[in-house]
Amino acid sequence: MEEQCIRMEQVCYTVGGRVILSDFDMELERGVNRTILGVSGSGKTTILKLILGLIHPQSGRISINGMEITNRPESAYREQRKKIAIVFQGGALFDSMTVGENVGYRLFEEGRLSQAEIEEIVREKLRFVGVEPALDLYPAELSGGMKKRVAIARALAADPEYIFFDEPTTGLDPIGVYNIVSLMNRLQEAGKTTLMVTHDLPTAFATSQRFSLIHESRLAFEGTEAELRDCPLANVQEFLQPTDKSLFV
Amino acid sequence: MIRLSAIDQQLLQFFARFQAFFFLAWQAFVRIFHKPYYYRDFAIQFDKLGFSSLFICVLTGLFTGMVMALQALIQLKPFAATSYVGGMVAVTMIKELGPVLAALMVAGRVGSAITAELGTMVVTEQVDAMRVEGTDIIQRLVTPRLKAMLLALPLLTIITDAISMLGGYLIASGYSISPVMYLSTFTQFMVPLDYLEGVTKPLVFAFLITMISCQTGLNTGGGAEGVGAAAKRAVVLSSVLVLMCDFFIAKIFVVFR
Repeated sequence: MEEQCIRMEQVCYTVGGRVILSDFDMELERGVNRTILGVSGSGKTTILKLILGLIHPQSGRISINGMEITNRPESAYREQRKKIAIVFQGGALFDSMTVGENVGYRLFEEGRLSQAEIEEIVREKLRFVGVEPALDLYPAELSGGMKKRVAIARALAADPEYIFFDEPTTGLDPIGVYNIVSLMNRLQEAGKTTLMVTHDLPTAFATSQRFSLIHESRLAFEGTEAELRDCPLANVQEFLQPTDKSLFV
Repeated sequence: MIRLSAIDQQLLQFFARFQAFFFLAWQAFVRIFHKPYYYRDFAIQFDKLGFSSLFICVLTGLFTGMVMALQALIQLKPFAATSYVGGMVAVTMIKELGPVLAALMVAGRVGSAITAELGTMVVTEQVDAMRVEGTDIIQRLVTPRLKAMLLALPLLTIITDAISMLGGYLIASGYSISPVMYLSTFTQFMVPLDYLEGVTKPLVFAFLITMISCQTGLNTGGGAEGVGAAAKRAVVLSSVLVLMCDFFIAKIFVVFR
């Protein structure tokens, strides 16, 4: 039976001699939503890009549902990427396309469905995230929160098993944050598995069951919210409740 | 662990970039014949790269043809050979200046635009988003631009050549040279191989400009400042390579003449 998880084992990644990840291990099981925590620049987004094959580790092993994907050619990744969608930090909507074309992009590329079927799916996804009236607008005409919601609709369009979120609430007002959190919870109710990277603790606790914390290129903690709060490690507590000692570190 | 000196590292980086350039160029060329063809993207790029450069190419051709004729007539007049001005303008423009000037105009105007557009897509993670959505980014972003440029630049060069001939005639007519006399000297100065040279050059230049611009754009880093620097680098490199390649292509045609 096919393994139902994304697994990273002993993954090392360096850029220009700087170690970003060292012997990093993580498992994302189907149905268990996880958040990767860590300070800015700690390598959280790198983890998402490694799993998606956008960058390649120097050593270690990454597998999706039991299929190893480490250091394979770009063409080999395309099949695996169908199982995953990502909501980038800035939305990464295609400037030259309308909201509708952005959301239906993968479906148009696959070419399996008719124009009418794609339009129906696009409308349904935009309705789900509450921006259907923006169908014919261009990304430049949208607010930050709307861009993120359109990016979520695009991620949903191809019905992936896993959805990654890269700092989904950064730069949003409280209502925008509430909308995103509520959308993520609805996605989980719909059976999607989410992996989020953030340093926004309230959002993380509102949407995830398990947490990983990166500190100095390594996995410093892995566990539930209760275990995280009770963790005796100084660097974990420093992250949860920064003190004057954290100034300019 | 082997420690490389700074010069070795620079050399390694240079060869790595060189290798990456040829790899991208080969991949983009092969994909011209593979599905999906992205006709819409091709049409958009042809409009952006071709039609939008038409006006500057017409202006460049007109004034270059006029100045070529003017200078030639001054030199030919003491020898009573002003009737040869048509042939002189034709040989200079069709073989050399037409292809080079059109390519330099397009490199400055379109090459920088390609780099800036792709560079912005890279820094805003749009290229990563496309890859995640299962798109072959060479097929989607590079090949339509290459196809459009391979069609547009030769056409622009032919137009530049034609307009420069017209500009040359406007000046020559002031020296009592008839249209028939102006055109008849073309065949005295030009052989069929020269026309082939005039079309081969823009094809090579189109390939170079597009691939350098795309390669530089897709390897952009460092935000808005990085995009600006990449656009500048692409234009300088394209322009220098156009001039260098012009010599080597001319040399090859001289051998076969």
